[in-house]
Amino acid sequence: MEQSEKFLSVKNLVVEYTQGKDTIHAVNKVSFELEKGKTLGLVGETGAGKTSIAKAILRILPDVGASIKSGEILLNGKNLITIPEKEMQQIRGNVISMIFQDPMTALNPLMTIGAQIAESISLHNADWDSARCSKEAVKMLEMVGIPGERFGEYPFQFSGGMKQRVVIAMALSCNPELLLADEPTTALDVTIQAQVLNLIRELRKKLNTSMILITHDLGVVAEMCDQVATVYAGHIVETGSVIDVYHNPAHPYTEGLFGALPVMNTESSRLTPIPGTVPDPAVIAEGCPFAPRCKYVTEKCRNEMPSLREITPGHFTACFENIGGNKNA
Amino acid sequence: MWRYILKRIVWMLVAIVGVAFVIFTILYFTPGNPAELMLGESATDEEISALYSQLGLDQPYIIQLGKFMYDTFIRFDFGISWLYKVNVFDELMTRLPRTVVIGLATMILTMIIGFPLGILAARHQGKWQDYGIIGICMLFVSLPGLWLAIECVVIFSLNLKWLPSNGIGSFAHYILPVMTGIFAGVASNARQIRSSMLETIRADFITTARAKGQKEGVIVRRHMLPNAMMPVITMLGGMFSHIVAGSTITEKIFGIPGVGLYLLNGITYRDYPVVRGCTMFLGVFSVVVMLLTDLCYAWLDPRIKAQYAAQGAIGLRRKV
Repeated sequence: MEQSEKFLSVKNLVVEYTQGKDTIHAVNKVSFELEKGKTLGLVGETGAGKTSIAKAILRILPDVGASIKSGEILLNGKNLITIPEKEMQQIRGNVISMIFQDPMTALNPLMTIGAQIAESISLHNADWDSARCSKEAVKMLEMVGIPGERFGEYPFQFSGGMKQRVVIAMALSCNPELLLADEPTTALDVTIQAQVLNLIRELRKKLNTSMILITHDLGVVAEMCDQVATVYAGHIVETGSVIDVYHNPAHPYTEGLFGALPVMNTESSRLTPIPGTVPDPAVIAEGCPFAPRCKYVTEKCRNEMPSLREITPGHFTACFENIGGNKNA
Repeated sequence: MWRYILKRIVWMLVAIVGVAFVIFTILYFTPGNPAELMLGESATDEEISALYSQLGLDQPYIIQLGKFMYDTFIRFDFGISWLYKVNVFDELMTRLPRTVVIGLATMILTMIIGFPLGILAARHQGKWQDYGIIGICMLFVSLPGLWLAIECVVIFSLNLKWLPSNGIGSFAHYILPVMTGIFAGVASNARQIRSSMLETIRADFITTARAKGQKEGVIVRRHMLPNAMMPVITMLGGMFSHIVAGSTITEKIFGIPGVGLYLLNGITYRDYPVVRGCTMFLGVFSVVVMLLTDLCYAWLDPRIKAQYAAQGAIGLRRKV
């Protein structure tokens, strides 16, 4: 467990959505690696393709229109894209599980929360009888801080934060090796956010689970993650350790994200946004997707897509300019 | 929950009394002299007015209404048919099973055929299965039921001579009436289930179930169907009431001596006790089906059950 091995490696992943004649390029040749027990933060704005990456890993992209066009997703060396659906079902919920963004809609309203947790337990412990699954589900509930006697209650009897705890209990019920947390705190208010994040962190530590945390909250990433990858228009534009990226952002977009955070110790009435808007994912433009919004843009950027290059060990950026170099940490 | 049911039953009684009042009043103001119709064209004016007062029709509105209400709700007696001289309640009891059998058979077959078609279409949205099913459904929904029924008689009774077109008596007699009911029923049923399933297929909790590693078949049965059923139940309840209350047309075409045909004959001959009796029966039937629909809802959906329980407990200490 302690040795750092390449546990998950995603190579040149391409996800497309087709809508009639339009093709939405949601994920474009994304590659990253994750070590056992570590946490990778995927940051980027809404629609950047973060959730599509996670759903592609679990192969739960919507049936209609969405498809993994190319790439490899290697989990312990096994390519998840090519294995049969039956085998994938054994992996889902068992080896990889996912916490969804909106706890309000992620639970079946007509089933008791206990039955929903027990469902995933019984799926991956075929030799257990239902009583044992229920007992395990009660244990999971108590682990996330919900009294076991609420086992037989329905989702509508719980608050948003409680429901997210149920979703977490469900995701962790089979001790997954990889947890995909898709904005687990976005739908919750700030005080509950902290509780839920603490809960995820503690449970992960206990179970030594690796995690991909999808968020647009840079503070959450700093607190939770070891590695961070910035996603823009379906591309990973910068990746590195949290310390490297936070102290020395090497891509103009990452820099812009930090620039957009309000600074609390100075007097300022306006936020600093990144000018412009996200490019239309239905159109593949030549050159760097961030070029139209970038203040460092050169002629080269408009014609050629920069690939990731290593600037310091383990810190990659997809930018031709050395913007990080002249910045003080 | 029981309080809620009790409350609903009280309101049902109110509704039934309302139906009785309305149907009596409508008949009172309907033109046409029952005595004249009963005696035929050869009757003299004296004979007609004698029968008229014998039937109690010369009495003031309020007296007649009072007598009718008393008979119906205190003595549970719908009276004797003026035309056939038979007790209306007894006659209804012999006719009701025929109507209900056709109604139930239509309903059940509609569900057996409609559900799989709707689910199939939804699961293959945008593919040929979907377009095929929806196309055929559109066709049958748009065809008038009356025309379809007559067309069925022409094909299966006149040309092929497979099935009897008229009357009851054997199992074969029931096939055509049920079949014509099914066409339109399946078409609207399948469309409703398809759209309701499509809404559920996209629901987040379906993705959750997939993420657990659940098999597709179980996801459909355990997670999609119960949720997709909710709007369909409302439709089914309405459909059953509609089939039974709308039995007049089917029974007229196929000559089935059920409640619908009885009502139609009653109206034609101004046989007031028959019309009132049939209407009351159908009214009771409709409210009972409506109550059962709502209870089905509560049985399937814990949220609604909680809501009902809270409604029933108004004025009482609420259990937490």
